Amino acid sequence: MEFTAKDFRDYFKVIVDMIEEQKDYLCELDRKLGDGDHGVTMSIGWQAIGKKLDNELADEEDSAKLNITVGKTFLSAVGSSVGPLYATGFMRGAKAIKNKPVLHDSDLKDYWVAFGNGIQERGQAEVGDKTMIDTLIPFVDGLEKSFSESQNFLDAFNKAVVAGEKGMKSTKDIISKRGRSSRLGERSVGAQDPGATSAYLIISTFLEFVEQRIEKVS
Amino acid sequence: MKKLINNPQNVVEEMVEGYVKAHPNHIKQLPENDRALVTNRTTKDGKVGVLIGGGSGHEPGFLGYVGDGMADGVAVGNIFASPSPDPILEVTKAIDKGAGVVYLYGNYAGDVMNFGMAAEMADLEEDIQVGMALATDDVASAPKEEKEKRRGIAGEFFIYKATGAAADFGYNLADVVRVARKANENTRSMGVGLSPCYLPQTGKPSFEIGEDEMEIGLGHHGEQGIEKGPIQSADAVADRLVNDILADIEINKGEKVAVLVNGLGATPRMDLYIVYRRVEQILSELGIEIYRSYVGDYITSLEMGGVSVTLMKLDEELEKTIDHPVDCPMFVQK
Repeated sequence: MEFTAKDFRDYFKVIVDMIEEQKDYLCELDRKLGDGDHGVTMSIGWQAIGKKLDNELADEEDSAKLNITVGKTFLSAVGSSVGPLYATGFMRGAKAIKNKPVLHDSDLKDYWVAFGNGIQERGQAEVGDKTMIDTLIPFVDGLEKSFSESQNFLDAFNKAVVAGEKGMKSTKDIISKRGRSSRLGERSVGAQDPGATSAYLIISTFLEFVEQRIEKVS
Repeated sequence: MKKLINNPQNVVEEMVEGYVKAHPNHIKQLPENDRALVTNRTTKDGKVGVLIGGGSGHEPGFLGYVGDGMADGVAVGNIFASPSPDPILEVTKAIDKGAGVVYLYGNYAGDVMNFGMAAEMADLEEDIQVGMALATDDVASAPKEEKEKRRGIAGEFFIYKATGAAADFGYNLADVVRVARKANENTRSMGVGLSPCYLPQTGKPSFEIGEDEMEIGLGHHGEQGIEKGPIQSADAVADRLVNDILADIEINKGEKVAVLVNGLGATPRMDLYIVYRRVEQILSELGIEIYRSYVGDYITSLEMGGVSVTLMKLDEELEKTIDHPVDCPMFVQK
């Protein structure tokens, strides 16, 4: 499959709308574990990105530059802990696709692997700490493994999203070890991590986006 | 939820605007970034710059503590969220007088990443030396063996006080950082929550609590504490907080402390002084000398109900820093 800066822009716009819809749900999850503002934080960041996409990024044809601006915009708008984490994800993703006007299957795989690994490196969390990493690392591992077998991005991404979903759901059963909720100890068991949930929504929305795009083309 | 605001999306911007306009002799906004505020007074060349910051909603923390004898600048975040590296870097550039800048902030994942990124940028892009000291005073947030994981709460006030004074004394960056870390090392806090705060954007309470309940060890963003139980008398609460603090740090008979009884936003001064009364009794029974005391709303959590107690164990150097005069918009000590 082929993917361009325009596709990235369209995908990011879908995320902007999706986050608005999920804002209250994400806050609700966060109220059980943190200070109840995860949906608000994500919304502030994606609203800022939405404005950029409609203005200075409206004609950007370089996927890497588009991703760098998206990352920096998110960081400036939110700070918080998700700011540096997602900013690093988008910037590392950008680095993986530098100077490529059209992305093909292996480029898209590289982008998402760099995205997930960048976030892990910035936050230094491990699987089992009850964070977004519980979604992203199974997702990255699944993507790399499936892609090496099939060389088909859509097929591999599909399996990776399933692995990410499983990881997200596993956060219900674990005790927080990172971030503010780590201070809750055993009281954190039973609640699904909001950061793991929003990370899942971002990858699953990408899957829906590329599937719909393929349907449209065919 | 009742709040006297306009659009919930604009609360931070509008607060900062009002604050800067109310105190033009003290503070100004940098043209490069609305969330970057610095002192409007002339500071000495060669003085180490003191930069504080964190999320909004803790007023007077943190913007209220920019002024003579305390911080030279503040980076203002969204509500309960760390500022991004942009305003931190702008403040750093503005307050560097050639002797470097010290960053003071609470130990939260977001603050650690954003201040860390800003420090890297200051070093690489601006050639400004940055030192850092984190507040980890909340004894309820992690056991003693994992002290480095503890969050910073009201004790941050003492760290600003000590560090601001050390910078004023003309200490170099290494010594200012040493004093800041010693202040943190000697400071312990613990709080109790009675009623939640409400985030302006969601209108929802930050945590659930019954009419007749209190939460011991509650965080100052409404993070759940270590246990929830029936509400108790001011004396019983003071006993619990002071005892847990003294179990964590050795303070011997004859040693001196600074005391802070801090309201979280919706607790009347009356209640705070009733708590202070008991804190004073316990300490004087133990022969611990109160060198200076502070009672009031110093670092809050919007309209949260509750109180925290902070003790800072003093040595000669910290005594000097505690005595140093301060003139900030929200805090004056003569």
